[in-house]
Amino acid sequence: MSDIGSAIIRVHREEWARVVATLARRIGDLGIAEEMAAEAFAVAVERWPDEGVPPNPGAWLTTTAHRKAIDRLRRESRRDELHREALMRSDTPSPEPLGAIDDDRLRLVFTCCHPALAMETRIALTLRMVGGLTVAEIARAFLVQETAMGQRITRAKAKIKAARIPYRVPSREDLPARVTGVLAVLYLIFNEGYLTSGPGTEAVRGDLTAEAVRLTRLVRELLPGDGEVAGLLALMLLIEARRTARVSASGELVGLHEQDRGSWDRALIAEGHALVRARLASGEAPGRYQIMAAINAVHTDAPDVRDTCWNQVVALYDQLARVDPSPIVRLNRAIALAELDGPQVALAEIEALPLDGYHAFHATRADLLRRLGRGGEARDAYERAIALAGNTAERAHLARRRDQLG
Amino acid sequence: MQYLISVLDDGTNPGTEEEMAAIDVFNDALRAEGHWVFANGLSGPEAATVIDGRGGEPVLTDGPYLESKEFIVGFWIIEAADFDVASRLAAEGSRACNRRVELRAFHGA
Repeated sequence: MSDIGSAIIRVHREEWARVVATLARRIGDLGIAEEMAAEAFAVAVERWPDEGVPPNPGAWLTTTAHRKAIDRLRRESRRDELHREALMRSDTPSPEPLGAIDDDRLRLVFTCCHPALAMETRIALTLRMVGGLTVAEIARAFLVQETAMGQRITRAKAKIKAARIPYRVPSREDLPARVTGVLAVLYLIFNEGYLTSGPGTEAVRGDLTAEAVRLTRLVRELLPGDGEVAGLLALMLLIEARRTARVSASGELVGLHEQDRGSWDRALIAEGHALVRARLASGEAPGRYQIMAAINAVHTDAPDVRDTCWNQVVALYDQLARVDPSPIVRLNRAIALAELDGPQVALAEIEALPLDGYHAFHATRADLLRRLGRGGEARDAYERAIALAGNTAERAHLARRRDQLG
Repeated sequence: MQYLISVLDDGTNPGTEEEMAAIDVFNDALRAEGHWVFANGLSGPEAATVIDGRGGEPVLTDGPYLESKEFIVGFWIIEAADFDVASRLAAEGSRACNRRVELRAFHGA
């Protein structure tokens, strides 16, 4: 690719969210902001090969997009008096008082992750508006038709406008809950990449996990003091570090026990560990993402699976269960407990969990039964897990384990 | 900006005195803070009439337009700066009347 071509891609990655976010505040319309930002980038693609990349590409793009927005609003204001009001707003600074955390991109993140929108809509809108992915890319990522994804995003923009969902950072009392909502969106994007649910795609989608990490880095930059943001970033980095070791050459999912630890990404692990250490040093009570990051820090600290400090892992799961008393946490705690107290104790812990529809419950049960030499029951449990698992590589792994029962 | 908060019910729980008292407290708070526009309870859906005036002579149909387990038994129209203010008030209203509510913005009000 030409230097200009790669420069435009880099500028797009770095500046898209800022251009959309600044424009949305100035003109008070998210949909127009998105369209004009896209047009400004199209002008860049046309002109920069001849004129060269401007010294401040972000400012150039914002100015170009703003001019286009004003032209458009002028055209429309002849038809629609309401737009004149928006046009006026474009020339005056934001009337809102500037808080400690004042960045248009943060407003954009909170608006896209607003609780009045359905979760799948928040994910799509965040990837489009903040991540700068095209509608086609988002549709591909979530295995829906491009037209359907386009409609989902269009409806979301219409609802934001009609219901007057505000373009601002939430008030202090709402902030913790709203940050939790943003982190849930980011974590879902990451998980969809890490354990792709649909058939006929790669088992692990590095493009989605990388995008989730990038967006979480951005949110961390915008909310540097938030422990859970740091915790989620650490969690993602420590999982992302193991991504390439997670699927074998034959397309099978490889569990933590069997992974080639030499292929883990040491730089990501070092960064994740540093974040976890900083959170521990803060002395603040950790939330669920920080505890999950700490669990992954223990795993990635062991040069060999036999070196894993299972005591610490179980203790951290106990702590997690106090914050998040869900059966899934108890299931994961039992997996660690099996290493400490044996599969019999772990099996007793999970038998009563209300997780009959969850593939990982049956996969865990199958594994514990296999280790206890109860082959027939293990086979049944593997069958249940295979029937429920959506991920192709996970199914391949479970099928091999079942076939090894003999 | 004006918003409609519709109170949803399935007709199986008649309103209690405690609920009425809580609604009065909430209404007083709405008035005090300048959010009040109008509120009232509605007669039941069995007493509703659907009127279609799109043709020549209006066609009147007995009963509600939508047959569903839940229907609107009352509503508030409130004044609120934006969705976040309106949704906070809607949550307070839901707590006061002890029922789910639906929030919708009026066009351009």
